Amino acid sequence: MDVPSAILNNDGSCAPEYRDLIDDQDVVRALELLVMNRVMDSRLLTLQRQGRLGFYMTSTGEEATTIGAAYCLNDDDPIFLTYREMGSLLWRGVPLEMIVNQLIGNGQDPGLGRQMPVHFCFRDYGIPSISSPVGTQLPHATGFGYAARLRNTGQVALAYLGEGTASEGDFHTALNFAGVYKTPSVFIIRNNGYAISTPESLQTAAKTLSSRAEGYGIPGLRIDGNDFLAVINAVGWAVERARAGEGPTLIEALTYRVGAHSSADDPSGYRADEEPEKWRAMDPLARLAAHGKWRGVWSDEQEARCKAKSETQLSELVTACEVWPPPALETLFEDVTAVPTPQLARQRARYYEYLRSQRKPAPQEVA
Amino acid sequence: MSESKPMNLLQALNQALDLYMEREDSAVILGEDVGNFGGVFRVTSGLQEKYGAERVFDTPLAEAGIVGMAIGMALNGLRPIVEIQFADFIFPAFDQIVNELAKYRYRSGAQYCPKVVIRTPYGGGIRGGHYHSQSPEALFAHTPGLRVVVPSNPYLAKGLLLAALEGPDPVIFLEPKRIYRASRGELPLEYYTVPLDRAIVTRPGRDCTLVAWGSMLPIALEAATLAEGEGYEVEVIDLVSLAPYDIEALERSVSRTGRMLIVHEAPGTCGLGGELAAAVQESCFTHLEAPIRRLTGFDTPFPYTLESHYMPTADRILFELRELIEY
Repeated sequence: MDVPSAILNNDGSCAPEYRDLIDDQDVVRALELLVMNRVMDSRLLTLQRQGRLGFYMTSTGEEATTIGAAYCLNDDDPIFLTYREMGSLLWRGVPLEMIVNQLIGNGQDPGLGRQMPVHFCFRDYGIPSISSPVGTQLPHATGFGYAARLRNTGQVALAYLGEGTASEGDFHTALNFAGVYKTPSVFIIRNNGYAISTPESLQTAAKTLSSRAEGYGIPGLRIDGNDFLAVINAVGWAVERARAGEGPTLIEALTYRVGAHSSADDPSGYRADEEPEKWRAMDPLARLAAHGKWRGVWSDEQEARCKAKSETQLSELVTACEVWPPPALETLFEDVTAVPTPQLARQRARYYEYLRSQRKPAPQEVA
Repeated sequence: MSESKPMNLLQALNQALDLYMEREDSAVILGEDVGNFGGVFRVTSGLQEKYGAERVFDTPLAEAGIVGMAIGMALNGLRPIVEIQFADFIFPAFDQIVNELAKYRYRSGAQYCPKVVIRTPYGGGIRGGHYHSQSPEALFAHTPGLRVVVPSNPYLAKGLLLAALEGPDPVIFLEPKRIYRASRGELPLEYYTVPLDRAIVTRPGRDCTLVAWGSMLPIALEAATLAEGEGYEVEVIDLVSLAPYDIEALERSVSRTGRMLIVHEAPGTCGLGGELAAAVQESCFTHLEAPIRRLTGFDTPFPYTLESHYMPTADRILFELRELIEY
């Protein structure tokens, strides 16, 4: 395969043949979303520290991969996410309000506040549910792709994983099945160096993760995941192949987790404080911004304005979303099965009886 | 009158799958050896030939992959029917079943309701040792979001499987392989369903309620006949659906008989029998004439040579019934 692992030069330029990978307007859009993504990471993490959000996970440093891959898809192509791809939601056009409602877990969340923050599920935007047990989404992307071909929908299923998850059995079965059935599926490993505290060197003795593709009889690419153009070039190539019926691809995108694993994690226990600083030079925002400037469509002033605007927008939105009440109590007992079981109905009735005994409001039972 | 034909349980299941595949274009069958070979027990025999290798297909040997892939297919509009070759081999897929399939409707706020039916032969009595004999029903019945259904004869096997396939919920469909061939009956060739969550009073009686399912059901009936010879009228209930279980049917019966014996092959401790006993005593306490009893597999891994000592038998059921009724 002739897919370059890096495209952007240090000065933001690129070889002429790659310039038309994306038009100016989309470069600006990607930059705006990247800035918004950073603003969200900083602001929402602060809200978590203030106790206004239960939990949060940043994706700072990995946005070229998450925005870039989503850029390559059609709107009806599903994206099987892990918990570190906010950029994909933003490119897909999931309203910020929907994202914030999920983080708060209020009654406006389409998932009815049943999952922890960052476990998004937005069917209208082709986003199946994120899971905490890592890797479970990977065979889903294989099966979804199989169904797309059988039903002739033309969809391609994209799935992300972290490099730690490449150790899971579900990674193996998903890629093996995808290879056997040549499903239209694309798997992207965000190799950000760490699975919580465990470095990549303790996940595998292999020199690269992309080399595993050979064992599944499918193409494997290894790219600079902080190079926005390299990402859209590689993922675009893989998506096109998949859509043409040529089967799945494994892409290893090299990137770096600048922040902690989650709001409950403290990286100072397992990596030097200076380490993230070394990665600043590889910052996908700085690199895409340089590219925007090289094209003449982006400037520092624009970035500052964009940042300020994003901050205001997000702050206003959070304030607006915080007024929504929690999901109605009835929803605790719904959607387990299509109709509540007799056992659950009895448990619910008894709980309501207790609430009434305490002179607390309890919903009316529906027969 | 519609046409009918004598069939064993395997043939009844094969017919149900055939009828459903014909009716529902989005139905697909996947599993190990289910395609060309028609399954190690031949339940999917002839289906690949009829419906093609895209809708009835063999998978790599990886249960987690099979179930995971089926969930993905269901997320995109298909109705996958999975065969796990033996219930003993279902555990690699446990995470996909318990964390994904069972919870998807709930965690997505019913945005996505992937519907997968997992068929799997379970139970002992075939000299299959540890790994071709287990009854893992309690593990799945303990998982909100799953239905667990067990047929005990060909008529029920066909009607329940069709109901499981039609319904909106994921189903673990446990097939009593011990009576796959031994259980025979005359059944209609046409499409019909049997309600998924109704227990069936297989034999009425007033002295004691005897609850069983699957391959223990014929044994329970045999025990009830033996008991009749001793002057006891035993009411046999086929539980049919283990999750959810038909608590009202149990309450109706035990309110009359005042006694209950539950029989299952799985180990007793934390088995489904414990749950049934607890639920029934909560609502039927004042009707009870004797403590509720269980006759179950021992709390050992399933044995090979001494299998006949492990499995509940009609004589052992009778031994318990006598004590219960004379309590």
